[in-house]
Amino acid sequence: MSALDLLFQQLINGLIKGSLYAMIALGYTMVYGILGIINFAHGEVFMIGAMVAMTMTTYLLTVGVSPVLALVCAILVAMMASMAVSLMVERFAYRPLRHAPRLAPLITAIGMSFILQALAMLVWGREHLTFPEVLPSTRINLFNNVGITQREIIIVIVSFVMMGGLFFLVNRTKLGRAMRATSENVNVTALMGVNPNRVIAATFMIGAALAAVAGTLFATNYGSKVHFYMGFIPGMKAFIAAVLGGIGNIPGALVGGLVLGLVESLGAGYISAEYEDVFAFVVLVVVLIFRPSGLLGQRVADRA
Amino acid sequence: MSFLNKLNPRQSVIGILICIALMAVLPFVAHALGGTTWVRIIDMALLYIMLALGLNIVVGFAGLLDLGYIAFYAVGAYAAGMLASGHLTDNFAMIQQAFPDGMHFSYWLIIPVGALLAAIAGIMLGTPILKLRGDYLALVTLGFGEIIRIFMNNLGKDGFNLTNGPRGINGIESVSLAGHPLNRPLMIGDIQLNKEFLYYYLFLILVILSVIVCYRLQDSRLGRAWMALREDDIAAKAMGINVRNVKLAAFALGATFGGVAGTMFGAFQGFISPESFSFMESIVILTMVVLGGMGHIPGVILGAILLTLLPEFLRFTVEPLQQMVFGQLLIDTSILRQLILGLCMVLIMIFRPRGLWPRSEGGKKKVDDDSSQPAATATPSN
Repeated sequence: MSALDLLFQQLINGLIKGSLYAMIALGYTMVYGILGIINFAHGEVFMIGAMVAMTMTTYLLTVGVSPVLALVCAILVAMMASMAVSLMVERFAYRPLRHAPRLAPLITAIGMSFILQALAMLVWGREHLTFPEVLPSTRINLFNNVGITQREIIIVIVSFVMMGGLFFLVNRTKLGRAMRATSENVNVTALMGVNPNRVIAATFMIGAALAAVAGTLFATNYGSKVHFYMGFIPGMKAFIAAVLGGIGNIPGALVGGLVLGLVESLGAGYISAEYEDVFAFVVLVVVLIFRPSGLLGQRVADRA
Repeated sequence: MSFLNKLNPRQSVIGILICIALMAVLPFVAHALGGTTWVRIIDMALLYIMLALGLNIVVGFAGLLDLGYIAFYAVGAYAAGMLASGHLTDNFAMIQQAFPDGMHFSYWLIIPVGALLAAIAGIMLGTPILKLRGDYLALVTLGFGEIIRIFMNNLGKDGFNLTNGPRGINGIESVSLAGHPLNRPLMIGDIQLNKEFLYYYLFLILVILSVIVCYRLQDSRLGRAWMALREDDIAAKAMGINVRNVKLAAFALGATFGGVAGTMFGAFQGFISPESFSFMESIVILTMVVLGGMGHIPGVILGAILLTLLPEFLRFTVEPLQQMVFGQLLIDTSILRQLILGLCMVLIMIFRPRGLWPRSEGGKKKVDDDSSQPAATATPSN
C-alpha cells in the first residue's frame, strides 16, 4: 500500500468514525447548551440503543423478516428505548439537582451511568455479543487499494440524514425555536409561555434518539464490540468532539466529530494504533488550553 | 482532632489508649470470626482509607473533581513493582549489569520514590488544566487515568518491556521491618502472626499518620486556602491566594497519598497488573469520599470502610438469601455492587449532598453550602 493510499484510506476511516462521533456529540452539545451540564450517562444511552437494536434484529431475523427491514424496525425500537432511558436519567438524576452546585449533577450522572451499566449486565450478561450481519459488507474499490464497504457508505449517509433532520428541527420548527430560546435564557423563555421542563425533556429525548441510531450503526460495523461497557469510550470521544467543535454549538458538534475522527484515524495509521484512545484526550487538553471555546464556539467556556 | 478537645487531657489520653487497644486486637477478632480472609479485607480497607483520604484533599478540600485518581495509585504500585522485583533486571541488560545481584531496594527508599513519582504525576496532570473548572477538569482527569492505564498496557513489548503489559509484574518483594520480611509469619511467644496481621499493623500506622497529616493540612494555611478556593475561587484570588500554587499543591499532595498506598499495594499483593487500576476503581474511591462526606475526614474514613465491606457484606448476606429464595443466584454480587454504588451516588447527591457524616460548621454561623456557590442557572453566561 503506497503512502497516498494509506492517507486516503485513513481519511475514509476517519470520516466513518467521525460521523458516528458527531451523532453522539450532538446529544452532549444540546444538553450542555440548555442546562450547562455534561450528560455523563449519554454514553450509556448509546450502549442501551445498540443492545436493544441487537436483540430486536436477532429476534426479527429468526422470525424471518428481511435483514434491512429488521434493522429499520430495530433502530426504531432502539430509539424508543434510548429515549425512555434518557428521559428517566433526566427525571431522576438531573431535574432534582437543577439548582444544586455544579459538582452534584456530574456525580449523579456518573452514578446513573453505573446503574445503567449494571442493568445492562443483568439483562444481556457481561460477555461480548455479536450483532448479526444485516448490512452488505461488499467492498467497493475506489482506486488502487483504497476502498469502502457498502455498509460504511450507508452509515455515513444515514448519519448525515439524521443530522440534517436535527438541523431542520432546531432551526425550522416550533420546538426547535423553544429549544434555542431556552438555551438563551430559561427564565425569560418560561415567561414567554414555554414550559422549560418539556423543552429540556425533549432535548434529552432527541439526543437519545440520535445516540440510539449511532449505537446501532456502530454495532453493525464493529459487530463483536457489543457489550455493557461499549458506551464508555465512544461517549468520551463524542464529548471531546463536542468540546472540540465548541460545546453548545450544534454545527460545532458535526465539525468536531469529523475532525476528531480524522485525527484518530491518521494517528492510528501513522503513529500507533495502540495509542488511538490517547490521541483523543491529547486533543481535548490541547483544545481546552488554546481554544476553550472550540473551533466554532463563540462564547468563552468560563462556566466550565 | 476536634472531638478530643472537648474532653479534658486525662480523658482524651484514656480515649486514645482505648482506641489503640481496640485497633490492636481488631485483626484477632476478625480472624476468630472469619479467618484470614477477613483480616485481608481489613488490610484492603486500610489501603482504601489512605486512598480516600488522598482523594479527599483534591475533591473535598480543594473542590477539584478528579476522576482519574487511581492513576497515582498505579504509579506508586508500578514504582514498587519495578524497584522491588526482578522485572527490570530480567528485561534490560544495562540494568542487569548495574545490579548483578538483582534490585533489592529497601522500602524506605521505594516509598519516597513512589510518593515523589506520584506527586510529579499529580503536577503533570495539574499544570495543563489549572484554568479549567468543574466538569472539564473532571473529563481531563478521567482521560489522564485512562492514558496511564493505556501506557501500562502497551509498554510491555519485547525490546522495551517496562511494564510487562497486561500480564503485569510478578514477584514483588515484601516490606522488611527490622530484617524480617512481612510476608513470613512472625512468632511472638506462642502466637503466630502471619502476613495479613503484620501488614495490618504497618497499614494501620500509615493510616494513622495519614489522618494526622490530613488534620494538620486541613488546619494549615494551605488547607484554609483550599477551602477558600472550593467555596469561591474568584473571592479566594481577590484575598491574595496564589490559586495556581494552591491547586498544584492539592494535586501533588493528593497524589502522594495515592503513591504511598500504591507501593504498599504492590508490596502486599506481590503482583500488579493494569486491571487493578481501572476507571471503575477511581469511581469507587470517589464514591467513598462522596458517601462519607466531602471534606470531612471521619466521614471519608467511614465511607471507605463501608464501601470496602459492601461486596463482602453482599457475599455473606444477599448470596445465601438469593439461594434460599430463588434456589439460584439471580443477581451476581459484582453487578449488585455496581448497582448499589451507582444508587449511592445518585441518592446521596439528591437527598444528603454533604454525605452521611458531614463536617459540622463548628460553632461558626451555619452557612448553607449550596448558597455559597453560584447556583447552576439554566442559562450559559455569555
